[in-house]
Amino acid sequence: MLRQIEGSKAIAETVALCRPEVVCAYPISPQTHIIEAVGAMVKAGTLAPCEFINVESEFAAMSVAIGASATGARAYTATASQGLLFMMEAVYNAAGLGLPIVMTLANRAIGAPINIWNDHSDAMAVRDSGWIQLFAETNQEASDLHVQAFRLAEELSVPVMVCVDGFILTHAVEGVDLLDQSFVDSFLPPYEPRQMLDTKAPVSIGAMVGPEAFEEVRYLAHLRQLDALERIPEIAREFFESTGRESGGLVRPYRTEDAETVVVAMGSVLGTIKDAVDARRDLGERVGVLGVTSFRPFPSDAVRDALAHARQVVVIEKAFSIGAGGVLSTDIAIAIHHEQTLLRTVVAGLGGRAITQRSLEKVLDHASRDELAALTFLDLDQGAVDRERARMHATRRSGPSAENLLRDRSAVSPRAHA
Amino acid sequence: MTSQRVHFYQVGSFAVGNRLLDEDERTVQAHSDRTNSIDSGHRACQGCGEALGARYALDAAMRATNGQIVAVNATGCLEVFSTPYPETSWRIPWLHSLFGNAPAVATGVAAALRAKGQKDVRVVAQAGDGGTVDIGFGCLSGMFERNDDVLFICYDNEGYMNTGVQRSAATPPAARTATTEAVGPEPGNTFGQGKDLPRIAMAHNIPYVATATVADLHDLERKVERAMEFRGARYLHILVPCPLGWGSASAETILIARLAQESGMFPVFEAEHGVVTSVSHIRRPVPVEQYLSRQRRFAHLFGANPRPDIVAHLQSMAEENIARYGLLQPEMERSS
Repeated sequence: MLRQIEGSKAIAETVALCRPEVVCAYPISPQTHIIEAVGAMVKAGTLAPCEFINVESEFAAMSVAIGASATGARAYTATASQGLLFMMEAVYNAAGLGLPIVMTLANRAIGAPINIWNDHSDAMAVRDSGWIQLFAETNQEASDLHVQAFRLAEELSVPVMVCVDGFILTHAVEGVDLLDQSFVDSFLPPYEPRQMLDTKAPVSIGAMVGPEAFEEVRYLAHLRQLDALERIPEIAREFFESTGRESGGLVRPYRTEDAETVVVAMGSVLGTIKDAVDARRDLGERVGVLGVTSFRPFPSDAVRDALAHARQVVVIEKAFSIGAGGVLSTDIAIAIHHEQTLLRTVVAGLGGRAITQRSLEKVLDHASRDELAALTFLDLDQGAVDRERARMHATRRSGPSAENLLRDRSAVSPRAHA
Repeated sequence: MTSQRVHFYQVGSFAVGNRLLDEDERTVQAHSDRTNSIDSGHRACQGCGEALGARYALDAAMRATNGQIVAVNATGCLEVFSTPYPETSWRIPWLHSLFGNAPAVATGVAAALRAKGQKDVRVVAQAGDGGTVDIGFGCLSGMFERNDDVLFICYDNEGYMNTGVQRSAATPPAARTATTEAVGPEPGNTFGQGKDLPRIAMAHNIPYVATATVADLHDLERKVERAMEFRGARYLHILVPCPLGWGSASAETILIARLAQESGMFPVFEAEHGVVTSVSHIRRPVPVEQYLSRQRRFAHLFGANPRPDIVAHLQSMAEENIARYGLLQPEMERSS
């Protein structure tokens, strides 16, 4: 049923269709509307049987999900940013225990400086945790991915994180075709746990493992992710056959067939990039886009195939590894592994800075003339950076940089700050 | 539920004497059909109070629920010594997640059971004092506040024994640990610090809070059974001496636990909905020296350079406990 609906609401309604038995959450912007909506459905009795637990922290939220999942219940939670970091120990633990929890991550920057707006720093911080990480391009996909996520998680006993750009998607109201309960029930069978706390067949879960078997346990987790590389496109195809919608999958190429330059990115920014690519195509440039939907497991083969004929690859990332460079770029570099391809990283959209079509076209223009540096920061205010560097050189106690930059900005252009 | 305290004058302690009781008054452990929830062969130290406490507590919980217990365990000695790969001592469903999240994991288990309509299956979460009063405190308070249907048991050995005897917020003043060394003018742990978790639990107005020691195992079992009669959050705080960390003789674990109670250092009581309903009276009051001097963690208070001032300070703390809970026998209070 097509509805004009907020992204968070669409996600909540879809999660409810998946019949979760335990939902726990701690509020953090921009995830709040999702859990509010699920909580209301549980309270009203329209989502039942389901326990909605208001916990005291994100660490507790993931821990409650761990206990529920280990007891054989379908468990769901949602978080963002600082919340993900606060639950990080439990995030790793859920994956290590092989518990198929599904979590929405409303992607948001990580402080300090505190910032509630969108980027991908949070998801990148847990990329090695053993969770499957799927990035939604639109609210339609964000909503659809949750059904696929539960299916994938429970088939493989691996937790799945559905990454949804905070505010850009979570708070955007647009048309979303919501699934039918009957379809979801047929697509997502009841959860059959591989292991569970059962008084009739007692097992110990979470025992200590020393050097004699730890490597094998970790390698098995890796193999399950490799299995996911097979299952993610199969599940997406099955979903497509029933719904006609291309949600999910590993990667999504757009006009790459003859492209000399391919832009790679994840999440909602792909829409703007496609517009920029269309504009450059109109000028006769051979450019294309590769959207990466599955960041973990990383689809190296699919990426290599899609970029095989590109002379230049431009990775636009909403996060970076401070002191090193791109994060997604590193995976792309390992996947394509031939030195003839020019690999360029553009860090963009940090802390919610708008990534405009105009700026992207400028990037493509530089790229077309081979003038793009290996690592650039989109729309960086170099003057403000230089002035702060000068202050730091001039005096030892130059003060907090974040506050200095805000003061600098309002001094240079007061209205921009307001 | 009423119970009458049985005095075993023949043996001079409360520790033994099952054979003197009627069959149905004997401990769960005295029955051959006990669960052995935590089975033999684990790797606890000789004289470990925690292993003893866990064995009694869980078997009592199993009997009280007709074998329908799921256990959640925090990281710590109990978790490590009971599950050395590839072995496990647990004969009941058992889950270990992390150090600081056992109360929340237990909430998740209870929620799943509720969603599935399995009302007969009950949840016990257990942790040492570090996993309870320090790193697990936030999750524990949250579980209490929501009144989730979990019995949380703290096996209190007053420090981080698994990591090599460091101080926790349950370490008593003046005690030597690896992070409160017995050096300087105020040796050992600092006075005026620490958390009284049973009282904090009572402040949450949860249905049941009790303390116990491994010196009175009848009392311990009875409190577990009493706890299982309630729905909602329940807290049982068991003092479990640690021969390794306390520097005490392995054979004196029970004796030291009893001296902790009889000196007033560790008040044994139970409370319902925030109100104390019963206390275990001190039968033979002893000065704190008798308790302290058997433990090397307090050795710096005695010997060549004794610190009677510090011992007196600890004695005054014991007397505060005695006064707060009315720990002396009523007839003794009258005569004193």
